[in-house]
Amino acid sequence: MSTLFGLIFFVGAIGLCVIGIAGIVLSRNLFRMVLALAIAEAGANLMLVLAGYRWDAVAPILAGTPATQPMVDPVPQAMVLTAIVIGVGVQALALSLVIRVKQRYATLDMREARQRMQDDLDREAGITPSRSQEQPAGERPLPPPSHVAVEAAGGGHD
Amino acid sequence: MRNLATLLFLGGLAFLLIVITGSLDFGNPPMRIGEAIQQDAPAQVGAANIVTAVVLGYRGLDTLGELSILFAAATAGGLVLGSLPARRRPDAGFVLRAGSDLMFPLLMVAGLYIVIHGHLSPGGGFQGGVILAAAFFLPLLARPQSTPGHGWLTVIEGLSGAAFIAIGLAALYGGQAFLTPLLDKGTLGELVSGGTLPLLYLAVGLKVGAELSGLLMRLAEDEEATS
Repeated sequence: MSTLFGLIFFVGAIGLCVIGIAGIVLSRNLFRMVLALAIAEAGANLMLVLAGYRWDAVAPILAGTPATQPMVDPVPQAMVLTAIVIGVGVQALALSLVIRVKQRYATLDMREARQRMQDDLDREAGITPSRSQEQPAGERPLPPPSHVAVEAAGGGHD
Repeated sequence: MRNLATLLFLGGLAFLLIVITGSLDFGNPPMRIGEAIQQDAPAQVGAANIVTAVVLGYRGLDTLGELSILFAAATAGGLVLGSLPARRRPDAGFVLRAGSDLMFPLLMVAGLYIVIHGHLSPGGGFQGGVILAAAFFLPLLARPQSTPGHGWLTVIEGLSGAAFIAIGLAALYGGQAFLTPLLDKGTLGELVSGGTLPLLYLAVGLKVGAELSGLLMRLAEDEEATS
């Protein structure tokens, strides 16, 4: 019975971790990546708390309870206490970075933001992009239609 | 292809974690350190809340490291967002202003209560500090025009961080290890007990509150400057 409960709880915690990591890796939206990071953190914290759980035990606080009553392990709880606060700090930092990206490149899509950042860097450095999907290096068999080239030049940034 | 690799990795990770946690005896963990701490903490540290005894007594140096991580994150957030010229929006409507006026003292009392009773009951500097941060963030939402900037928050943050380290150094001066609980232990369960632990948690609470509310204010100001 106890192993069944343990398995259910642990599968929940591990599932949160896995969902969070999948969200970080598979998502292209930067804000969703921050949210996925929060979910993964919650799963890790839950796993730590579960590792210190005891059946029929009370919270590790010595107030009014008889000394014979077993208490849960205080060490993982202390670790999770600090981990939550660190998580909040990390999320705030990640969010401020996301806000900056949104202000500069007007998009939250990771690939688009990366492309625009690369264009920016190239323009600052004064080099033409060495590789680009619109203007690949080398000879083209057929020149692209002119309106595509105009869009590619004008649509790179706002 | 990348998605397939990701799914494979995630499946492997889940399998590994389930196998590891499946071998644990759930609900009956081997807690040798935990048992020892539960037996010795009341006499050694004098805090009724054993989690507080662990956070500030046995792992005080880790808590200092964690405070510096939070400080680094807050500083980096401020660095990334920068100090833009605050183009503040007009005051909020009546409901938000009245609600903020009502909630501010209640949040202050609740936050300070949780901070000061951190060595007796669930809670402590981190939790109470977050409530204090929410309390100081409310006036900025309700009255952006007349809220002072975050210069004074930086002062509180620096002073409380310095107080934490100074208490640790005082133990060092007395010939004990860094951050050893000093002063009289008092009676277990009293408000004034646990030696320097309540002072340490007060410093932690003020530092966390000042840092988080400064960060929230910067995020809010930045959002206004964008819109």
